[in-house]
Amino acid sequence: MKHVLISDPSLRDGNHAVRHKLTAKQIAAYCIAADAAGIPIVEVGHGNGIGASSLQLGEAACDDETTLKTARENLKNSKLGIHVIPGFATIKKDLKMAIDLGVDVIRVASHCTEADVTQSHIEFARKEDKIVYGVLMMSHMASKQVLLEEARKMESYGAQGIIIMDSSGNYLPSDVKERIDTLVKGLTVPVGFHAHNNLGMAIANSIAALESGAEILDGCARGFGAGAGNAQLEVLVAVLHRMGYETGINFYKLLDASDVAEKQLMEVLPSISSLSVVSGLAGVFSGFMKPVSRIAEKYNLDPRDIFFELGKRKIVAGQEDFIMEVAKDLSLKSGKNV
Amino acid sequence: MSKLKVAILGTGNIGTDLMVKILRSEYLKCGAFVGRNLVSQGIQKAQQLGVNVSAEGIDYIIKNPDCCDIVFDATSASAHFEHAPVLKKLGKFVIDLTPAKIGGMCVPAVNLIECLKLDNVNMITCGGQASIPIAYAIGQTQKNIDYIEVVSAIASRSAGPATRLNLDEYIHTTEEGIKKFSGAKRTKAILNLNPATPCINMQTTVMAKVEKPDLDSLTKKLSELVSIVKKYVPGYEIVVGPTIENDRIFITVRVKGLGDYLPEYAGNLDIINCAAIGIAEEYARHSLQGKKS
Repeated sequence: MKHVLISDPSLRDGNHAVRHKLTAKQIAAYCIAADAAGIPIVEVGHGNGIGASSLQLGEAACDDETTLKTARENLKNSKLGIHVIPGFATIKKDLKMAIDLGVDVIRVASHCTEADVTQSHIEFARKEDKIVYGVLMMSHMASKQVLLEEARKMESYGAQGIIIMDSSGNYLPSDVKERIDTLVKGLTVPVGFHAHNNLGMAIANSIAALESGAEILDGCARGFGAGAGNAQLEVLVAVLHRMGYETGINFYKLLDASDVAEKQLMEVLPSISSLSVVSGLAGVFSGFMKPVSRIAEKYNLDPRDIFFELGKRKIVAGQEDFIMEVAKDLSLKSGKNV
Repeated sequence: MSKLKVAILGTGNIGTDLMVKILRSEYLKCGAFVGRNLVSQGIQKAQQLGVNVSAEGIDYIIKNPDCCDIVFDATSASAHFEHAPVLKKLGKFVIDLTPAKIGGMCVPAVNLIECLKLDNVNMITCGGQASIPIAYAIGQTQKNIDYIEVVSAIASRSAGPATRLNLDEYIHTTEEGIKKFSGAKRTKAILNLNPATPCINMQTTVMAKVEKPDLDSLTKKLSELVSIVKKYVPGYEIVVGPTIENDRIFITVRVKGLGDYLPEYAGNLDIINCAAIGIAEEYARHSLQGKKS
């Protein structure tokens, strides 16, 4: 039987949907349910990874240390994963602590064209004998050739797999196919895909990735994640099982876990809001949804204009402070005062 | 008018840009441009401009101690650890552009006079040079500063391999600098690389959490500091704020480079060089005046 490795970032990407306000109690509840379902990897933390709690991106209600301790205590079989972005998290301040607290899987991420910033972090995590993946975020902003070059750098630093993220939910299945196909042919390590659902393509894109040779897929309970959310995990697993793939996940218990997530983690169920469609089309990082909405309201602007302007300027994940500047520019243009 | 002689160690982009800036300085002249490789682009440029060059490294300064009073070190942290004691013995005023952090932290708009008493000053980081004048203004005007955060975005093409390999060092050093000059209890530095073309200008946002924000006095202090910074970094300007958004003080500055040897978008590299020239010129002014009297 064909096997797919499922990684579940509900407790990390989902944090974007609740302004990074997940509590230790919520983390514990979902970890217990996910562990019982046999989900192979459970990723936790601030939406932008460890060390990312900030005024720039939103302060986490539960600090990294408490988050990791809570998850570690409640994951018996599932591996504990984290997302790490160099430029936010440092080895000394963040990564060492995470390793001391017992993380198993470390996913070191950069913007899709900047892989060389991950070298120190990947090498350090490998030396500590952890499972280490390289993650290329906002991958729609690079061609397949550039993605391959960047992925090869991460592979050369020691990454044991490369995951590309459709952080804006901008891809159509044909975009995913050509990129994954290039990566699978050009790398010796497994390739993975992380979808967002802004254009309603999250499951279709995940399957397209799989059919092009991807071996790792991300999915979140009810799709709990930034913007329009991610590939809905229980749907993804149902589709995979129907297609004859093995995931190691107990389907009934997975459904139970997604019910726990719906009842205990979410303020509202993930949906493709009007603004999510715009953000996906504009190719802007899904995590911008909350701050763009907040700033648009404050300055009486149309958030759709902000998203398209951010897209035009090719603003990357982590540059949330530029929303204010764009808002100021748009206000000046429309004769309003900020 | 007489000028003070400087030597530049390191003939990469930073060193070469420093040399170009020194050639038009009223107070400085370039006594030696010192690298390791005579065919490097920097050395060739210096030769075209008629500057005395050497490929002997620090040995050149040891053998020709009269070539300079001031030394800019634009090599690497590990090289600076070797250079620093040698230059101290030779009695040179050292301006360190590497992350070695041996000398006192120097931000000309904030602690210029204090730095003249030292024999080795460190230029912190590009994000530090852009943000510390702002953080200092916050420190001077606000009470009970719980937290200051500094986020810089720079063009990918302006970040060389050493910067990319050492983002952690950049973050730790910038955080330390912000803390020292603002008095904030906690600080955080973040760096984003943006690959957009045409390349983006460096932009730095300073956010702060304070007990009772006083924007009036902050605005006043900021305009004082920005006008001082502009004297040595003409392309430095506030583009957003100061304002309060989501319970945080919010200020964004943009740094457009002079476009000497480095491209204009590399404001991040330009600002650290402009700051280094700023302290060097002040040192030269003082020492030339001292000689006259």
